[in-house]
Amino acid sequence: MLEKMGAMRTAYGEALVELGANNQRIVVVGADTTDSLKSGMFGAKYPERFFNLGIAEQNLIGVAAGLAFGGKVAYAGTYAIFVPGKCVDQIRNMLCYADLDVKIVCSHAGITVGPDGGSHEQVEDIALMRCVPHMRVVVPADAVAVKSIVKAIADIPGPFYVRLTRGVIKGSNTPIVYENGFEYKLGKANLIREGSDVAIFGCGIMLPEALRAAESLATKGVSASVIDIHTVKPIDEEMILKYARKCGAAVSAEEHNIMGGMGSAVSEVLTDQYPIPLKRVGVNDTFGESGEAQELLNKYGLTAAHIEDAARQAIAMKR
Amino acid sequence: MGMATSQEITRLQDLARNTRKVILETLAEAGSGHPGGSLSAVELLVTLYFYKLKHDPKNPKWPDRDRFILSKGHGAPLLYSILAQAGYFPLSELKSLRKLGALLQGHPDMDIPGIEMPAGSEGIGLSVGVGQALAARLDGRPTRTYVLMGDGEQGEGEVWEAAMSASKFKLDNLVGMIDRNGIQQDGLTEQIMPLEPLAAKWRAFNWNVIEVDGYDYLQLIEAFDTAEMTKNRPTMIIAHTVKGKGISFMEWSPMYHGTAPTKEKMEDIYKELK
Repeated sequence: MLEKMGAMRTAYGEALVELGANNQRIVVVGADTTDSLKSGMFGAKYPERFFNLGIAEQNLIGVAAGLAFGGKVAYAGTYAIFVPGKCVDQIRNMLCYADLDVKIVCSHAGITVGPDGGSHEQVEDIALMRCVPHMRVVVPADAVAVKSIVKAIADIPGPFYVRLTRGVIKGSNTPIVYENGFEYKLGKANLIREGSDVAIFGCGIMLPEALRAAESLATKGVSASVIDIHTVKPIDEEMILKYARKCGAAVSAEEHNIMGGMGSAVSEVLTDQYPIPLKRVGVNDTFGESGEAQELLNKYGLTAAHIEDAARQAIAMKR
Repeated sequence: MGMATSQEITRLQDLARNTRKVILETLAEAGSGHPGGSLSAVELLVTLYFYKLKHDPKNPKWPDRDRFILSKGHGAPLLYSILAQAGYFPLSELKSLRKLGALLQGHPDMDIPGIEMPAGSEGIGLSVGVGQALAARLDGRPTRTYVLMGDGEQGEGEVWEAAMSASKFKLDNLVGMIDRNGIQQDGLTEQIMPLEPLAAKWRAFNWNVIEVDGYDYLQLIEAFDTAEMTKNRPTMIIAHTVKGKGISFMEWSPMYHGTAPTKEKMEDIYKELK
């Protein structure tokens, strides 16, 4: 596990092309980043169903909404720093209020966008989208999951926000967790590793880090469960509570502000139903800066080592 | 070009008179809402719905219907009044506008028969119209899409993003309309954020622009017919109107942008509506 690498964006483009072949309702709208996001692959194949709206994110979402009102399933996206941020109102008052078939898929989320710096490092998007009624929020862990999720949500009515990462290392790749495949089920988290001392909830590129932390803990006699919370909303309460009861301590790990993200969603479930210690690993309410992805992950506390530390702290807090 | 007979004009005038009455009674009953921008566009929307629009109130989801999108969502009382008269729901529903549990929400939502888009946040409707027009073209449907915006709404940047994209895609099945009544919530548009030269702006964005007197049925009818015959570009109809039109103490009054008439005022209003 984690030896192979894959690019989430390429998986996205391939998924769109496959979807478009069998479903005439699929349309794609972009905002001058379609080459980078690989949604241009769909445009090359089905130019009549592909609309590049230029640098205009509010119009991007508005036009996607209109296409959905007209019976289409619209995939809309750009870099995560621009959508949802520049068009939360259009997402809230149109996509979500009217429960439209618009699937927002954005790339370059998190701090691993790297050298572009703090103005491009989006660590608030999960929080922004999670609190809007009707919106579903999905954070795939690898390229295999991206492909499955992008295709599956075409058949699930209503709006989605899917958050992709450019890549951890040069070449825009991220480690493959799902070598043996991934089947998307809305609201069903995936148990990746079974353990009994601590439950580690991960999403996106922090899932491989969680697995590395679990391996390291195992060599020291600590048994950790690792669970992929790929769907932050609707969250899998049943899975969270099952492993909260089993382990009695938990860690969340995400490439996002610790406020409002996946860790907060897990915390809400635990606080309401089965309070146990939870340590949240994420960006600690700060902006990022320029640097290589791995340098930033180290500096901002988003590595396997940080997860391992958090796990030890959570275990120590058990009553 | 279709010629409107005098009987047709008389029919539209009767509908407009009744629409105005229903709007004011509805707002007086609700105790809140936006009369000014509903009254200003009565003739514009009556002409669209009862002369031009292809729709079927008994089959609101008929795929080939034309779409009307109210982008200035605070014009809800006007649209509700028209939809009720067209037969989408009983006129009695207007009595519970803005009340708890009512079908008719303060601003339009998708549970209301005949509503094509939820509205309330300004500036989004034209973008949605672009998407609707693109979908209709993809499907080869004869659907035409009409979007009504306020003039204050022109301050929203998204309007101009949508303007550019409609030109890019040569959407001759899209018609925009501006209720150019000159008043927004805080006062005169030309003081709050000057719009002129408004028609020149839309022409510069490669739209076919038609300016009309918003109360002249022949001009309104000709504008809608001309828009339909215009190929390869969208049409913007700028209707010069009067905020609060038809009620002397509401005309040109920024206060009546967002203040409902009291029930006591209704006696004066009935006198003026005759």
